[in-house]
Amino acid sequence: MDSTKEGASKAACGCNGCAPEENGRFLNATPMLNELESGPWPSFVSGFKEMAERTKKPMLRGVLDQLEYSYKTRMGYWKGGLVTVEGYGAGIITRYSMIKDKFPEAAEFHTMRIQPPPGLHYNTAMLRELCDIWEKYGSGIITLHGQTGDIMLQGIEQDKVQECFDELNQKGWDLGGAGAGMRTGVSCIGPGRCENACYDNLKLHFKALKHFSGQVHRPEWNYKIKFKFSGCPNDCTNAIMRSDLAVIGTWKDAIQIDRDEVRAWIDERGIDTLVNQVISNCPTGAISLKDGEMEIESRDCVRCMHCLNVMPKALSKGEERGISLLMGGKNTLKVGVNMGSLIVPYMKMETDEDIEEFLELIEEIIDWWDDNGLDHERIGETIERVGLKQFIEGVGLEADINMVSRPRDNPYFKAKY
Amino acid sequence: MSSPERTWKTIESGPHTYEEALHPVVRKNYGKWKYHEIPKPGVLKHVAESGDAIYTVRAGTPRQDTVDMVRTLCDIADKYTDGHLRFTVRNNVEFITPNQENVEPMISELESLGFPVGGTGMCVSSVAHTQGWLHCDIPATDASGVVKSMMDTVYKEFKDMQMPNKVRLSTSCCAINCGGQADIAVVVKHTRPPRINHDHLSKICELPKAVARCPVAAIRPTVVDGKKSLMVDESKCICCGACFGACPAMEINHPEHSKFAIWVGGKNSNARTKPSTMSIVAHNLPNNPPRWPEVTEALGRILTAYKEGGRPWERVGEWINRIGWKRFFEETGLVFDEDMIDSYRHARTTFNQSAHVRF
Repeated sequence: MDSTKEGASKAACGCNGCAPEENGRFLNATPMLNELESGPWPSFVSGFKEMAERTKKPMLRGVLDQLEYSYKTRMGYWKGGLVTVEGYGAGIITRYSMIKDKFPEAAEFHTMRIQPPPGLHYNTAMLRELCDIWEKYGSGIITLHGQTGDIMLQGIEQDKVQECFDELNQKGWDLGGAGAGMRTGVSCIGPGRCENACYDNLKLHFKALKHFSGQVHRPEWNYKIKFKFSGCPNDCTNAIMRSDLAVIGTWKDAIQIDRDEVRAWIDERGIDTLVNQVISNCPTGAISLKDGEMEIESRDCVRCMHCLNVMPKALSKGEERGISLLMGGKNTLKVGVNMGSLIVPYMKMETDEDIEEFLELIEEIIDWWDDNGLDHERIGETIERVGLKQFIEGVGLEADINMVSRPRDNPYFKAKY
Repeated sequence: MSSPERTWKTIESGPHTYEEALHPVVRKNYGKWKYHEIPKPGVLKHVAESGDAIYTVRAGTPRQDTVDMVRTLCDIADKYTDGHLRFTVRNNVEFITPNQENVEPMISELESLGFPVGGTGMCVSSVAHTQGWLHCDIPATDASGVVKSMMDTVYKEFKDMQMPNKVRLSTSCCAINCGGQADIAVVVKHTRPPRINHDHLSKICELPKAVARCPVAAIRPTVVDGKKSLMVDESKCICCGACFGACPAMEINHPEHSKFAIWVGGKNSNARTKPSTMSIVAHNLPNNPPRWPEVTEALGRILTAYKEGGRPWERVGEWINRIGWKRFFEETGLVFDEDMIDSYRHARTTFNQSAHVRF
């Protein structure tokens, strides 16, 4: 830390001891943050400042002062802790200021992770209720949404957490995950608007996260595990990279072609566009022209979504729909980024029995990981370390050629024969 | 913590219910959508098998919102979309209505309130990002400020649909990269091993945990001034910062030595090519608040070259695969260097195992 800058900051903003209200304004000067109020994109700084001037919440002033100090010194000043609500071991992200003597108003700035409705669909009654409760107990800062998929209510003191949670909980809100447990799920818009949704991801998300509620609230595993539910292989929730359990919609039969709409598309854009933008971009060369008609060889199609994306009126997903389960997605730390890889090529996902069967499989998978994983090891890392073959044996799945991009290229293994 | 007069018994309800959040026309046509069109930037039209149509107006938000801002968005939803709204995973807000005549007034009102309407189709979409100095306990920078600075410079590209394909951005405040893989990502890169705070270490850290967290076994137990502590073999350390998450006394963040790197070519969608991870194309950029001009400048160079050279539907990574990395560096003016050659696990998968050469 730069002590001369510390001094300068005190002198410049007049914080710590002087009374800023005397000059008519609630907030202290934040010259660096103010630089983020210009420009056309909506400014979070302006939002915070306006709310602070209206509500006169000291915590907001303290947080802006500390953030300004971070901008000046290029360092962060929050440390963790162990705030929680009764019966839960997770869901509150605890933040104490490391420099509370300097900024006592921001001594505590805990976050409540709240599980949103699947697909982030809201009505205004729900949101207004949430805002009113949050303003009553907390700072009023809301992140929509955190990278784990939660509503993040940012800025509450420890002694208000339980009361705030109780009031939220009575209105149907529950805490999200944190730590080494099941994390909050994420879904795309799904059947709520998208023609590509191959299963009811909102329903599956809702049931799966309810099923694992205990493990969301009381972390008990080696590390975190995350679900994401994408309706189709466009994967708008980034499930393949962002989740350990990526549930991605797919179909088994042929893409449905509306011949009249194909002709209308070509009439409007020309055959060159069809060739250059659709046929040439098919990753497996499954599309061809036959007597001027577009043909798709279904056995070659890998359900990548490109042609459906370009011609949404003319082409649509097949009718035998379900999900693929990919596993092991995670980001860089520590072994490097890992994309999820295919574990279950296809499962039906229409009835409550389908959902139960899916959840039973997930239970098996997590049990295997709990038995075989090391501390701080995501399931993709465990599978790589122990072996995909050992994993599928352990959870009772059959080997499937779709699990690999090709068979192995070395002869070093022991077979049972 | 719990007050003695607590009367409420917790219901572990999990995710909030969603059915009541769906617009009645959405509920009626749930799972029965036929196709969609993008009549203009920021507006989607979805048509159901029943013939019903709904219009979506999408707008950017700062993500770090306030109750006041959320109430303003609710006012718009009450006025134009029968009280229904939703958010995208890229922090955009969406208002869905069956009434086409509500679209234009809604756009005007959103714009007048400072919410840019856009983020659809071949645009530069808003940034998936992290918490930073505002709230995180291990950040080397402030994501929200970097995002605001970046989005100010690509404001027009957010509102237009003039790119070859959609461009997804992310930022992250440490090497964990919570912002995620993206077409273009701005991620903190530590450049020095951690400084060890020996006074705090034995008090706040479980030593074996910190040792085990190191991916290259560079951390060893030691004794400093008679107290148990840790030491780092600096020749082995890869400056990843993993130890800092386990033990805050392994001080990896530094006002000067925590820099920015720029990464390109990440893609999560399966469309055309398989999902792909990002490659580093610039590093050692300063962490320069409050506006991070060096970062936004590099972002601009990449976007300009991609916009000019990309073919329709090519994502950034697909464009680079076609033109080759050599031309990518030439056209963006960024400079390839030896540190961009992978030296970690799976490094050989990034070597050019062929005689394919670009001159």
